[in-house]
Amino acid sequence: MASYLIRRLAMLPFVALGVTLLLFALLQLLSPEMRASLYVKDPRQLSALESVIETYHLRDPFPVQYWTWLKQILVGDLGYSETARMPVAEAIKAFFPATFELALTAFVPTLLVGIWLGTKAAVYQDRPLDHFSRFIAITGYSLPSFVLGLLLLMIFYGRFNILPPGRFSLEADLFIHSANFTPFTGFLLLDSLLNGKLWIFWDALKHLILPAATLFYNSVALLTRITRSSMLEEIHKDYVRTARAKGVEESDVINKHARKNALIPVITSSSLLLVGLLGGVVITETIFNYPGIGRWGVNAAQQLDIAGIMGFALVSATLFVLGNLAADLLYAFVDPRVRLK
Amino acid sequence: MLKRLRKKPLSLIGLGLIVFFALVALLAPLLAPMAPNARDPYLIPQDGYTSDPTPPSSKHWFGTTEQQYDLYYGIIWGTRTAFKIGLTIISMALLVGITLGSLAGYYGGWLDEVLMRFTDIILAFPAIVLAVVIVAVLGPSLSMVVLAIALVAWPSYARLLRADILSVKQREFVMASRALGATDFWILTRRVIPNAIFPVLVVASLDIGSVVITAAALSFLGLGAPMGYADWGQLISLSRNWILGTPQNPLQFWYTAVIPGGTIFLFVLGWNLLGDAFRDILDPRQK
Repeated sequence: MASYLIRRLAMLPFVALGVTLLLFALLQLLSPEMRASLYVKDPRQLSALESVIETYHLRDPFPVQYWTWLKQILVGDLGYSETARMPVAEAIKAFFPATFELALTAFVPTLLVGIWLGTKAAVYQDRPLDHFSRFIAITGYSLPSFVLGLLLLMIFYGRFNILPPGRFSLEADLFIHSANFTPFTGFLLLDSLLNGKLWIFWDALKHLILPAATLFYNSVALLTRITRSSMLEEIHKDYVRTARAKGVEESDVINKHARKNALIPVITSSSLLLVGLLGGVVITETIFNYPGIGRWGVNAAQQLDIAGIMGFALVSATLFVLGNLAADLLYAFVDPRVRLK
Repeated sequence: MLKRLRKKPLSLIGLGLIVFFALVALLAPLLAPMAPNARDPYLIPQDGYTSDPTPPSSKHWFGTTEQQYDLYYGIIWGTRTAFKIGLTIISMALLVGITLGSLAGYYGGWLDEVLMRFTDIILAFPAIVLAVVIVAVLGPSLSMVVLAIALVAWPSYARLLRADILSVKQREFVMASRALGATDFWILTRRVIPNAIFPVLVVASLDIGSVVITAAALSFLGLGAPMGYADWGQLISLSRNWILGTPQNPLQFWYTAVIPGGTIFLFVLGWNLLGDAFRDILDPRQK
């Protein structure tokens, strides 16, 4: 396990180097004046544009520029985001908990429902429950999040006026940013409970349900399908037949024998799920006007806030790479065949 | 293969949906004739400039969006846009993916290493994130959306083809060609690629549905088609201001979201139903 871990971790610096090189090379398509916001901490510095360009070698050859910028980002200087009206590092700190809270709220039910439904669908293959799960899967794939999100908003906000867009109501917003509220974690659901304010918890939950449901519907399809096909493969294997032949209870055969092995590909696909959630967050947050990384990135892209775009891309790539790493390590952990290779 | 498709009724529904949309795209000039004085058929005609959408009527079968863009016209010509976008993106991504994937797989060595590490880097991003970044830098427009999605889509095709070529190039008929003195280029283009390309072509052509969703998403985010262009994503984004109806009729503007949304759904559903059937056929584990 240790050597596998080291080999896998040794790849990380190369991927990080490649990702930053690719992004930085893309930005070379823009003029030095437009890229200056990548280096400043305060928008007032941009009035002395020439000196910023001079100081950070923005007209120098690519390697010099890249090296200057890399040194900057390694100490956490990511520039100033005009759309967030704050330095990029602070913007990430402000938006990330919101996105993570949303992703987690969608992820946990996806995992539970996906595995449950996938198992049942495999056990009752070609019966009504299986058809139902396929229906969920195929519609979940085909209904884009921006369509589903708008329809949900029309019904639950427009028609019934119970689940509003945004992250909190105006009263909650005022209270959260007052001295009476301590933001321990940045997760509103958790902070409200830690502060003992149940009404803020309800407020936050009401705002989370629709975007989380949108993400959930799109990703549960994937997980159900993977669990189902993996389960179907296991059920027909010899050791399952042996277990049945020696008289093990059917529920134990399914839950203890088959499902344990069937979950191996499900665990790796949790990285795919993370892709789905991270990609989905970009659109979902925009529809529901939910102040997270995704909405910030889209705003930055619309208004050509270069520092914002770069920050958004770096955060997404980091999360994505770490997600894949976690999946690989989990895979090696649950399946000894992987780590012995 | 067609015989096996016929056994799956759902895949036939999928095929039917795609054929239907293809016909709509082909017959767009007949189904929604352009106004006599219009220059570009992809620009949706406006019936006045009133801000509120109007419901379906005999004059506007699907109603109008804000600024009075005719939804029916937009949907019909948007079908053409969807096919155009989907086919262009897939062919561009396939061209790059096949070229680089076959070079990597056939020659191996440092070329393989460099190309595969490059695909690793592109695949280190969620596709939509990298596409958003590329479009933002290149300047928002529909052609840049197409380019951006093609740039993030090719690595998976390159990898798939490379893996297939690795096994094909070990086969006897390839060695026989080499023994007979054929050049690398001839072996690669006449023997190796034709024998390895089929799965990639199938996977890629079934990706048209998801590629169209991504393009529509970028248009929805305001990074794609300009205002008034016949594009489904754009039509959906025009409904964003009309989620709330009046107090007497809260769902007054349902058609602005349901009609373009339903169209995208059916289009993608068609590709996914067909894709499912093909995946079962190609998957050797499910016989």
